[in-house]
Amino acid sequence: MNELLAEFLRGYTATNGWLAILPEMLLALLALSLLAVEMVSPKAARTQIGRVAFYGQLFIMAICLLGCFSASGKEGTELLFSGMIEQSETTQIMRVFFLLSSILVSYLGGIYLSRHPLARTEFHHLVLLVAAGMMLLVQSAHFLMLFVALETVTVAFYVLVAYGRHSVGSLEAGLKYLIMGALSSSILLFGIVLLYGIAGNPALEVSSPDSLSYGALGEFIAFHPDNLLVRLGALLVVAGICFKIGAVPFQIWVPDVYQGAPTPVTGFLAVASKAAGFVVLLQLLKGPFAGLNELMIPVLSVIAVVTILFGNITAVAQGNLKRLMGLSGIAHAGYLLLGVVAYASGIAWAEGAVLFYLFTYLLGSFAVFGVMTLAAGADDGDQQIGHYENFAKEQPFLGGVLAIGLGSLAGIPPLGGFIGKLYLFIAAFQAGLYGLLAVAIIGVVISIYYYFGWIREAFFSHYNDQSEARSWPILFSRDRLLLALIAAASVLLGLYPAALSLLP
Amino acid sequence: METNCLHSTLLLGAILVPLLAGLVLLFSGSLAASLRRVIALSGFGIPLLAALFLTFNFDSSLAGGYNFDTRIDTGLSAVGIFLHLGLNGISLPLFLLAGVVGLATGLYAVHANAERPHLYLALLLTMQAGLMGTFASVDIFFFYFFHEFALIPTFIMIGIWGGAGRRGAAMEMAVYLTLGALLSLIGLIALYASSGAESFSLPELRNYLAGQPLSETLQNNLFGLLLFGFGILVALFPFHSWAPKAYAMAPSGAAMLHAGVLKKFGLYGLLQIAAPLLPEGGAHWFGWIAWLALGNILIIGLITLAQRDLKMMLGYSSVMHMGYAFLGIATFSVVGVGGAVLMMVAHGLSVALLFMLSTCIYHRCQTFDMLEMGGLASKAPILCAFFLAATMASIGLPGFGNFVGEFVIFASLGADLSTRWLLLPAAVGIVISAIYGLRAVANIFFGSPTEAFSERLAEEPVKDLQAHEKMPALILLAALLFIGVLPGVLSDPASAELSQVYPEVAELPEFYLSGHQESGHVHKEEAH
Repeated sequence: MNELLAEFLRGYTATNGWLAILPEMLLALLALSLLAVEMVSPKAARTQIGRVAFYGQLFIMAICLLGCFSASGKEGTELLFSGMIEQSETTQIMRVFFLLSSILVSYLGGIYLSRHPLARTEFHHLVLLVAAGMMLLVQSAHFLMLFVALETVTVAFYVLVAYGRHSVGSLEAGLKYLIMGALSSSILLFGIVLLYGIAGNPALEVSSPDSLSYGALGEFIAFHPDNLLVRLGALLVVAGICFKIGAVPFQIWVPDVYQGAPTPVTGFLAVASKAAGFVVLLQLLKGPFAGLNELMIPVLSVIAVVTILFGNITAVAQGNLKRLMGLSGIAHAGYLLLGVVAYASGIAWAEGAVLFYLFTYLLGSFAVFGVMTLAAGADDGDQQIGHYENFAKEQPFLGGVLAIGLGSLAGIPPLGGFIGKLYLFIAAFQAGLYGLLAVAIIGVVISIYYYFGWIREAFFSHYNDQSEARSWPILFSRDRLLLALIAAASVLLGLYPAALSLLP
Repeated sequence: METNCLHSTLLLGAILVPLLAGLVLLFSGSLAASLRRVIALSGFGIPLLAALFLTFNFDSSLAGGYNFDTRIDTGLSAVGIFLHLGLNGISLPLFLLAGVVGLATGLYAVHANAERPHLYLALLLTMQAGLMGTFASVDIFFFYFFHEFALIPTFIMIGIWGGAGRRGAAMEMAVYLTLGALLSLIGLIALYASSGAESFSLPELRNYLAGQPLSETLQNNLFGLLLFGFGILVALFPFHSWAPKAYAMAPSGAAMLHAGVLKKFGLYGLLQIAAPLLPEGGAHWFGWIAWLALGNILIIGLITLAQRDLKMMLGYSSVMHMGYAFLGIATFSVVGVGGAVLMMVAHGLSVALLFMLSTCIYHRCQTFDMLEMGGLASKAPILCAFFLAATMASIGLPGFGNFVGEFVIFASLGADLSTRWLLLPAAVGIVISAIYGLRAVANIFFGSPTEAFSERLAEEPVKDLQAHEKMPALILLAALLFIGVLPGVLSDPASAELSQVYPEVAELPEFYLSGHQESGHVHKEEAH
C-alpha cells in the first residue's frame, strides 16, 4: 500500500520543476528574510531594509534575465506541477516586467516612506509578495492556481492601498478596494465554479474530472461553445478580470483608490496589476476560451469602445493628478483591449504588440509616478495640476522626465508609447477592426488635451505670474539616475524598438 | 544606382548633425557664447551644404527610382519598416527648401536673444533635423515619424516663447494637428495593411500596387483619410483655424520653419504618396480638393483682407496661398503638380522671409498692429525694400519663384476645358492678395503714423536692418529670385519624376472629366 502511494506521489510530483519557479521562491524568501532582518537588526539600521529589498530584487532580476536568455531558444510551452503552471516565452517576459515594476515601486516606496512615519519593512515585504504572486498568476494553467495567485496579489494590495494609515483618504481607498476587490473575486469565482460544474458533468461529452485545468476546459468549451452555462461562466470570469484591468463598466473603483493609495502603490496598481490582468486575459483567450471567440470578440469590442471613451472623456475634466492617471489608465486599458480583440480575431502577433505596449506603458507611467512621488506635498492624495505651475523652470530635470513620460503615454514620436500604439493600430487594422480604430483615434486626440495640459502647466508659464513659491523636492543623484534611466528607456524603445524584441 | 557611401553619409548627416548640435547645445552651459553660436550654425549650415552637394550629384535619369538610396534596419523590420533614405525629383526641391530656410532661420535665431537661448536653438535644431528627415524619407513610416519629430518642438516653442495667448494657441494647434497626424498615420497604416506589400517603403508599395491596384472603394476611402489627415496639417479649408493663431503666437524661428517648410508636409504627402498610389481615389476626391482649395483662396483671402495684426495677416495669407498648391494638385497632371512643387518651394521661402521681417518690424515698433504704424520707410529703408520685395514675391510678381509656380498652375488649369473656369476665382485671389499685401506695405512703411506711435519712435530712434538680419533675408530673397529666373533647376528633375506617375497634360480631358463627373455625381447623391 505504501508503495502504491509512493508510486502515485512520484507520478504526481514528477513534473515539479522547483528550479523553474526559482525567481518566485527567491522573492518569497527575500520577503520573509526582510522580516527576519528587521527582528535582528538594531533600530537605527532599519532604514536600510528598503535597500536590502532593492538590491535583492536586482539580484533576482539578474537571475531572471539569465534564465530568460537561456530559455529563449526553447520553443513552445512547458507544463509543470501537474498542470498547475505553464511556462512560455510570454511568462518569462512578464516575470521581468513584474520585477521591473516591483523594483521601481520599492524604490519609490522608499522615498514615500522617508516622508511619512510608517513601518518600512512590511511595505517592501508586501511588494515582493505581490510581485511573486503576479508571476505565478500569469503562469497559471489551472483555475485553482489562478485564483490562489490572484488572492495572494489582491490581499497584499488591500494592505498596500491602505498603507498610509494616518491619511483618511488612504484608509477609505483601502476599504473601497477591499469591497470592490472582494466583489470582483466572487464574480470570478462564481464564473469558475460554473465552468467547473458544467465541464465536470459526466453526463456531457468530453467532460473531464480535472475540469479546472485550462487544457481540459478548453477541449470541453471547444466542443460545447453554445452551452449557456459555459458562456455565462466565461463571461463572469472575464468580468472578474475586467475589474483588475479597470475596464468599463468595472472601473468604478479606479479614481478613488488611485487617489487614496500612496503614489508608489498607485503606480503598482496602474501598471503591474493591469498588466497581469491583460496577460491572464490573453492566456484565457489563447487556451480555455479559444472556442468562444464568437462571443468574446463582440463583448470585448464593446468594452473597448466604452472604456476608451469613458477614460479619456472623464480624464479631461480632472484636476487631481492621481485621479487623472487612473482615468487615463482606463483609456490605456481600452487601447490594450484593441490588441486583445485583434488577437482573438486571429492576428497572432497582436500578443507581442500588447506586451510591447505594456512595457512602454510601464516606462511612461513610472516616469510620471516617479516625478509625482518626488514632487508630492505633505498630503499625498492632494496632487493638483495647478501645483505644477513653473515646475519645469524650477526643476528642469524632473520637468524633462515628466514630459517624456507624458509624451510616451500620449503616444508621441519618437517615444516608446508611439511605437506601442503603432503596433496595436497595425494589428487592429489587420484584424479589420475599423470602428474600434476610429474610436481609438478619437480617444488619442482627446488624451492629447489632458496630457498636453499637464505639460503646458509645467512648462509654459503664465503671463502674470503671481503663484506663491512652492517648496520643491531635494533630489539625490540616485533619484536622478533612476529617473534618467526610465526616461532614456522610453526614448530608446521609440528609436530602436528591437531593443525589446517581442515580435516575430 | 550603386549606393555611394559619401552620399549616404551626407543624407544621414543632414539629419543627424542638427540633432547632435541640438543635444550639445542643450548641455553646453559651460561653453563660450561664440563657440555655441558656431555649433548652432554648423547644425543649420551643414544640412544645406549636404543638400547642395546632393543636388549637384543628382541624376534625373533615375526618375521613378531614388538617388542616394540608403537603408538601415532600426528594429521595425518585422512590420516592414526600415530607415530608408533617398531623394527623387519631388523630394529634392523640398529637401533644398528645408536646408535654405533652416540656415536662414538659424542665422536669425542665433541673434534672437530669446530667453533660455540654448533650449530655443536646440528645439529649432530638432525641428531642422525632423524637416531634413521628412523629405529624405523613402519609407512612409519614417516620413511620418520625422514630421512628428519636427512638430513637437513647434508646440513647445509656441508655448514657451510665444506671444500673449500662446497657451491657448499651442493647445489648439496640438490637438488639431494630432488629429490630422493620426488620420494620416491611420491612412498610411491602412495603405500598408491593405496593399499586402508587407512594406512601408514607397517604391515597393508603388511597384506592388501598380501590379495589383486596390479596389475602387478602398482607394476612395484611403484617399479620403489621407486627404483630410494631410489637409488638416496644411490648413486646408475648413480645417485652417489653428494656423493663423499659432503663427501669430509663434516665435519667429518656429513660424519660419513651420510655415515655410513643415506645413508643406501635407501637400508633399498628397502628391508623393496619396495621388500616385491611389489614382482612382484621387480622381474621386479631386473635385472636392478643387472646391476646398477655392475656399482657401477666396474665403481665407477675404478674411486676410480684414486683418490689422501683421502676423495674423501673414498667417492667413499663408493659408490662402496653400489653396493654389491644392489647385495644382487637383489638376492631376505633370504640369499642375509640378507647378504645385515650385509653388511650395517659393511660398516657403517668401513666407519665411515675411515672418522674419515681421519680427524685425516688431522689434522696432513694439506692435503688430498695422494701423498704428506708418512712415517706417524713411527710418528703415532697407527693411522697407526687403519687405516690399517679399510681399511682391508672395503676390506673384514675375521674377520671383512664386510667379513661376502660380503661372504653371494657371497654365495647367487653362489647358483643360473642365478646369478652365477655376482660372477666374484663382485670378480674383491674386487681386485679393495684391490688395492686402500692398495695403500692409503702405500702412507700415508709408503714410503718417498715429501720434502715439510717432512719440514712441521719437523716444527710441529706429535702426535700419542690422547685419545679422540682412544675411538671412538676403539668402531667402536670393533663393526666391534664383527660382524665379532659373526654375528649371528644380522643375526639370521634378517633372522627370512626375511624368513617371502622373498623366501628361494632353491626356487630361477624358481622365479629369470622368473623375469630375463622378465626383459631381457623388455630390448629388449626398445632397439627397
